Amino acid sequence: MFDIQLLATPLSLDACRDFVTCDDAGAVVEFIGTVRIKTQDKRVLCLEFEAYESMALQEMRKIAEQTLSQYPVLRVSIHHRTGKLIIGEIPVIIAVSAAHRAAAFAACQFCIDTLKQRVPIWKKEVFETGEVWVAAHP
Amino acid sequence: MKLRILTFGIARDITGSGFLDMEVPEDATVADLESHLRQKYPALNRLASLLIAVNTDYGARDRPLKSTDEIALIPPVSGG
Repeated sequence: MFDIQLLATPLSLDACRDFVTCDDAGAVVEFIGTVRIKTQDKRVLCLEFEAYESMALQEMRKIAEQTLSQYPVLRVSIHHRTGKLIIGEIPVIIAVSAAHRAAAFAACQFCIDTLKQRVPIWKKEVFETGEVWVAAHP
Repeated sequence: MKLRILTFGIARDITGSGFLDMEVPEDATVADLESHLRQKYPALNRLASLLIAVNTDYGARDRPLKSTDEIALIPPVSGG
């Protein structure tokens, strides 16, 4: 079972955890992405996240399906936020449940690593001195 | 044939619009469109990557395009 959300409102850790928690789970692993204050010594004012929504949801679903077929896990929840986020806010939550912790850890890592490679979501860093689309140029 | 191409992120900044209307030959492929875009908007060549999605799938470069396809220009992704 999986739960995929792309939201313009603050994410809920409880919602992700509640979805994946079940009687057969001995482990729940959660990844929480957060907005940090600095990148290469420049102070970040906010991050702006933009998504190609229909495709982002489809790619996130594919990642959840792949995770469930490649790892002995029970449930996967992937929530990503769009819009403006400030320091300390949460752009992404991934929660995975499994009978045993090794699979839950590995699957959670697979989810976030693959999301960052494939999902059509873009992050722009806003500084006092300008704005930069992250990773756009080599 | 006429194509409409959605653009996102820095690709939108470079092309100046959230969507581009382009005229291409009837048998144009994803690779042909990419080449056309790179010539028209040279700043796209400085990006770390550039993919074209067709109907929300990362399209194979030799895939022929149709005027009814939903086409999107995908600059380097940075979600998460």
